[in-house]
Order: sequence, then structure tokens, then C-alpha cells
Amino acid sequence: MMPNTRQTGRLDDRPDSLHVIGNWTITHYARLQAQIDAFKTQAGNGHELDRSIDLSAIETLDTAGAALLIDLLGVERMAATMAQAPELPPARRALLDTMLQAMETPLTPKSHEISKPLAFLAQTGERVEDFWKQQHLLLGFIGLILSALVTNLLRPRRWRMTALVAQIQQTGFNAIGIVALLTFLIGAVVAFLGATVLQNFGATIYTVNLVAFSFLREFGVLLAAILLAGRTASAFTAQIGSMKANEEIDAIRALGLNPVELLVLPRVLAILVTLPILTFVGMLSGILGGALVCLLTLDISALQFFTILQDVAPHHFIVGLSKAPLFAFFIGAIGCLEGFKVSGSAQSVGEHTTSSVVQSIFMVILLDAMAALFFMEMGW
Amino acid sequence: MVSLREDTPRGDDHVLIRIRDLCNRFGEHVVHEHLDLDVYRGEILGIVGGSGSGKSVLLRSIVGLLRPSAGSIDVFGEDLQALSTRRRSLLERRFGVLFQRGALFSSLNLQENVAFPVLEHLGLARAEAEFLARVKLSLVGLPANAALQYPSELSGGMIKRAALARALALDPEVLFLDEPTAGLDPIGAAAFDQLLLTLRDALGLSVFLVTHDLDTLYSTCDRVAVLSQRRVLAADRLEVVEKVDDPWVRDYFNGPRGRAARRHINSSKVD
Repeated sequence: MMPNTRQTGRLDDRPDSLHVIGNWTITHYARLQAQIDAFKTQAGNGHELDRSIDLSAIETLDTAGAALLIDLLGVERMAATMAQAPELPPARRALLDTMLQAMETPLTPKSHEISKPLAFLAQTGERVEDFWKQQHLLLGFIGLILSALVTNLLRPRRWRMTALVAQIQQTGFNAIGIVALLTFLIGAVVAFLGATVLQNFGATIYTVNLVAFSFLREFGVLLAAILLAGRTASAFTAQIGSMKANEEIDAIRALGLNPVELLVLPRVLAILVTLPILTFVGMLSGILGGALVCLLTLDISALQFFTILQDVAPHHFIVGLSKAPLFAFFIGAIGCLEGFKVSGSAQSVGEHTTSSVVQSIFMVILLDAMAALFFMEMGW
Repeated sequence: MVSLREDTPRGDDHVLIRIRDLCNRFGEHVVHEHLDLDVYRGEILGIVGGSGSGKSVLLRSIVGLLRPSAGSIDVFGEDLQALSTRRRSLLERRFGVLFQRGALFSSLNLQENVAFPVLEHLGLARAEAEFLARVKLSLVGLPANAALQYPSELSGGMIKRAALARALALDPEVLFLDEPTAGLDPIGAAAFDQLLLTLRDALGLSVFLVTHDLDTLYSTCDRVAVLSQRRVLAADRLEVVEKVDDPWVRDYFNGPRGRAARRHINSSKVD
């Protein structure tokens, strides 16, 4: 006959002995714990366990129940009780023995807690130090990429064309649609803004110049770079990061190969090729968006629009395009570097992917501001 | 040590898992075809077979991670696939599964990993669940300070142990172990075998043990099922299975490692 396992076990506190009765299993754990707490407060401290303990009425016992009992009685007391109970079935004795062994050593790990203000200070310090380490690491990584690039440049046999082309497709070709759409919309918005402001001066015709200037010099490259930072830097980090977590990077190293050459170079070169192309697409599409708004709301005909466009000096186009490779290099480097920093856990992959997007967008905008200053000073 | 080895029950009441006519295929690739197998209550059943013979696929089908192409699998007398989500979750709570590579949650430390099913299913307070978790971690032979470490900081053997602790967290009735001793040092593997026997005897656990480890097979298993040619070639006591007339079985049990393991067991029985 199966014992009735639904009934929660209990402690029967008699004057001469303490009886442990019934089912001591994990399904009853919360209620058993409550009973033990009640027993402890009732018995008070000191003299509660000087009676003999009777385990013979236990019906079912599992590791959770055994852990509770041992926690209540203490390891030595439990061992002594078992020694005086020859009627204990051997299987149950073995379980209790195993649990005693497991609970002999202290279970609580040592933790060193520090006060909150101190922890805050420590955290701030760590953040600041992290930031510097980060920049240091990025510089070092850029050096690694450049040296790998130089050593491979003269050996066409080691160019990884397949990987490069695959990356160009993923980072560039597949992104053309979204880049074109986004810049088209922003182009239209800039034209609207320009028209609204310039109308007051009766100078709506300069909307054309506004759109052309802004897209050739800034928006084309900036929008494409930010999109790529969100789309591609995150992909680089996730790809390399999960390889790192799976020890694939270590395997590459152990095979005597260079992960920078194998994984980073194709990616960075691909993004170096694609960002200028995407920038060009972005410029065209933004100007088209502007032209459409001019045509529909400002009555500037397409012919007129493009005639004015011809007067805009071509060096603005060069200035805009010249920033693309710089942005591309940093986006690629940051994306790959964050991937290498991943440490095993799924959470770490997520953290570093976020960090790579934030960092690369930050870097793109910072570089753009610096470039704007530089070009202004140079009068270009 | 009390062993059920000599009087393993064979009656219908004692069947815990009944697999009939199981077929599993992935596209063209047929893994199981008309596979029958019973797992009895309170036994340790070892599953052996060459690489790619579908041991892990069988395990995954039983615990319900993989819907079989055809056939039926009854666990505790009920067909998992036919149950409602709620009933199924209640049933699955009585399983403990140890995956081949541990499958610990990488964003939780060991203590949280083990406490997780306890918290989710039993609604204990966090302190109680963590106490239980630490007991389980110690039970599988991990030191106390490992409780706060994350899986990525641990060696493969420690991950195995922690994964076993998680599989034991709910004090399950059936344990499914996928190569539990692979990656453990011999001392750890022997301790694991002993722990398995103790738990089986004390809790009446049934164990479904996929393994390549001949020592584990000889020292713990009541019965052994050989998977070969898409079905169960034999499922019986070791002495019987050893003598099955099949090239793979012969090579497996009578290879140098098989002989060594058997010699070791026989000599320890004499002692």
C-alpha cells in the first residue's frame, strides 16, 4: 500500500522526546519550515533539544526534508540520533548520511559587503577607469587591425575574398533600401523646414541650396553611418561575441591563426567599402526627397532644381564623402572589439551589443563635430 | 547497500515510461523506427549506443522537447503530447533533466540556477529556496563559495555537477541524465555513481541514463538498453546484454575498456 503523501509531516513535541512524523518532502516544504520556526520560538533558546529524538514515524523523506531536519537539529545531533536508531531503514540512513556529509561544511559563502556610500565611490571609480581602459583598448585594437592589414596587403593569397564579399552583401547591399528610404524622408523634412523659414524672407528658392548643402556635407554620411552603427556594429558584436562564448576564437588561436585577420579584417574592409557607397545613396535619395517637396509645394521645377544644384560647388560632395571611411573604420573596429570582450554568458552578449551601438554612434557624432570644426577652419 | 538489481520488478504496474512504436525522422534521416522500450519504477536504466544512434533524441522525445513523428510515449501512465499545458507542466515538474552540456542559465549564478525551479514551482521564500540550493550544491560535491559564481567562471566538471544539482532541485521522481560523467575526473565520476545509487535507494528514483562511461554502466545500472539500427536491440540486465550477438555490442563490451571495467567490478564484488 502506498503511504498517503498528501498530508504534511509534523513535529510532535512530547515531554520526554521529540517525534518527527509523516511526510517530509519538498511539496510540503513551506509548511514544514513554518512549523519549525514555530517550534523554535516556542522552545526558546538553549534547552530545546535535550530530549531524545524519534525518527521512526517518518513516512516519506526526500533531500529537501532531510535538509530541513538536519538544519533544525544540527549535524552532530543528527548523527548522534541516527547512531541510537538501529531501526532506521538502510536506504533512509544512506540518504541522511549523504545529506549530513553535504551539510558538514558551512554552506554560506563568504561575502564581503561594504557600505553604500563607499560602494558608490568604488563604482564611480571603476566606471571612470573603465572608460580610460576602453579608449586604450580601442587604440590598441586599431593598431592590431592596421598591422594585420599591412601584413596582408602584399599577400593576395591571404585575401579572404569570399568572406569579404559576403560581408559587403550583408552590411551594404542589404542596407541600401533602409538607407535610401530614411534619407529620402529626412530630405523631404529638411526641405519643408527650409521652405517654412525662408518664406519669411521671400527666399524659398534657397531651399534647394539648403537641401544640397546639408546632404552633401553632413546628413548623407551621418545618417548612413548612424544606420550602419545600429545595424552592422551590433551584428559584428553578436557574431564575434557568440563565437567567443563558444570558445571558437580560442580554437582559431590554437590552430595558429590570427582571429583579427580572419574575422576582423573582412568585416572592417567590408564596411570601409560599403559606407561610402551607402553615403552616396543617402545623398542622392535625400536630395531627391528635397526635390520632390520643392516640386510639389514650392513650384520649383525639376529643371530649375537641378540647375541650382549644378552651382553648388562639388567640393562639398568630396568633404562629405571623405568622412565616410573614417566613420566606417571606427564603427567596424568598435563592433568587433566589443565582440571580443564578451565573456561567456548570454547577458554579456547583450550588454556588449548595446555598448557597441552606443559607442559607435557616439564616436560617429564626435568625429563629425571635430571634422566640421576642421573643415570650417580650413575654409573648405 | 540495498540493491534492487536481483529482483527488479517486471510487472505492468511498475512501468513508469512506456514507449511503443516510436518513430523519429528529420527529413530523410530516420533516427528511430518502431522503437519499443519500458522504463521501470525505481530502476537505473543505462542507454548505450554508438555516436548518432539517437540516444539524446530518445531522451528529448520522452521529456517532451521533441514531438515524435509517430508512436506513443506514456509517462506516469499518461501521454504527454495529449495533455493540456497545465497538466503537462505538473507532470514535467516530476522530471529532472541533466543536459549534455549542462545548460545552466548563464546570467544566473549557481545558487540562483538551482533555486530557480524551486522558486518558480513551489513558491518558497527566496531565503528558503537559496538554502535548499546550497544544500543541493554541496550534495553534488561543490564547495560553498561556488554558489555565488557564474557558469562562465567554472570548469566543465563543475558545470556538470551544478547542472545535476539543478536537476535534483525539485526532488524529481525520474532523472534523465545525458552523459553525466563525461568531463568528470574519475574520482568525481565514482562519487557521482555513488550519489546516484544512494538517491535511487532512498528516494525510489528512476533514472534514465545515457552514457558512454562503462564504469558507470557496470557500477550503477540495473538494466541496459542498447540502441542500434534505429531501435532497441536489447534491454536487459548487463550479463544478458553483454552476450547479445551483435557486432557493435561485442566490440563495446569486449573491447579493452569494457573488459577492464568488468574486471574492476568483479574484483570489487569479491572484496
